[in-house]
Amino acid sequence: MRLTTLTNGLVKDNPTLVQLVGMCPVLAITTTLQNGIGMGLAVVVVLALSNLLVSLCRSFTPERIRIPIFVIIIATFVTIVGLLIEAFFPALHKSLGLFIPLIVVNCIILARAEAFAFTHGPLDSLLDGIGMGLGFTGALMIISLIREILGTGAVVLGGTTLFQLPIPQTISMILPPGAFLALALILAVINGLRNRKEA
Amino acid sequence: MENAGLFTIIVSAILVNNFVLSRFLGICPFLGMSKKVETAAGMGMAVIFVITMAGIITWFANKYLLVPFQMEYMQIVMYILIIAALVQFVEVVLKKILPTLYSALGIFLPLITTNCAVLGVALLNDQYNFGLLKTIVHSAAVAVGFTLAIVLFASIREKLEANDIPKAFQGFPIALIIASLLSFAFLGFTGMV
Repeated sequence: MRLTTLTNGLVKDNPTLVQLVGMCPVLAITTTLQNGIGMGLAVVVVLALSNLLVSLCRSFTPERIRIPIFVIIIATFVTIVGLLIEAFFPALHKSLGLFIPLIVVNCIILARAEAFAFTHGPLDSLLDGIGMGLGFTGALMIISLIREILGTGAVVLGGTTLFQLPIPQTISMILPPGAFLALALILAVINGLRNRKEA
Repeated sequence: MENAGLFTIIVSAILVNNFVLSRFLGICPFLGMSKKVETAAGMGMAVIFVITMAGIITWFANKYLLVPFQMEYMQIVMYILIIAALVQFVEVVLKKILPTLYSALGIFLPLITTNCAVLGVALLNDQYNFGLLKTIVHSAAVAVGFTLAIVLFASIREKLEANDIPKAFQGFPIALIIASLLSFAFLGFTGMV
């Protein structure tokens, strides 16, 4: 029972590839695997903590002003995570740039607060947050891996080149159009698999 | 950017650094509200209105509250509250004063709070260190760029309805491919500014 709360977000209800919410960072920062992982983990932390706090506060949160309260909770954790990234990973902070503060308006987080944490206990909410966050991270990793390999022919993580492929470099894959194209093809593959399953 | 002329700011915000197609801000409404040109245009109008207002108010809040009290670290919390309150306020005021405009924009207004373009503009204005005039011009231009992109996108999607699309590509995938082609087209403006 508890385990499904955690694993739902990974595949079945994957926020990015199935629910299609919170698309801005998915398209914007997936130019390298490193950015994808960094962004994903930042969202895991914010989502897990905000879910936990929303759940703990739910007994005395007035129903009518719950959304502003959720937003303040989320904004606080985003500020904390943003400052921590700036302090300990300045390079990552520079490449994610505007998209760290914009985690606040990532619909996944508000949606989970509203749809799950506000009606479930703290432990379940924490697990749900971690699961959804990891599902988001996984999706970012898939997309950024495809874009980085096709765009640069190599994968660089933390300054070291993991591997280099002898393929032509398609620069447009790491430019904006490549983001839309990569996501379109991934979604088409998922649709195709689902159609085959149903047929 | 700080010393750029007004014309440069406008061209850059609308075409070169189009918020949707090259900066990826406001993707949710861009994909969600673009099935019909009419709704897309309505969303665009609402966004122009809210982004410009939000740009101005956050500029004042930053200059006269956050900076003098050295509380810049509260920027995100403050901006998002301002935007949420502004959207509610605009909704109430429009309902009273301009009911026709309200019924046209009505359903789009609440959705704008979570449009990351609004917060994005406010944060960018601060990053670029713009004065009040440039803040207004930049915010409005960004919103016009958003409207341009979403209306173009919606008009292509409308035409697509009648086409025969492979089953796996129906819905989002084909829409994203169109967005990709639009984005390619806008890449052509790179280097103009």
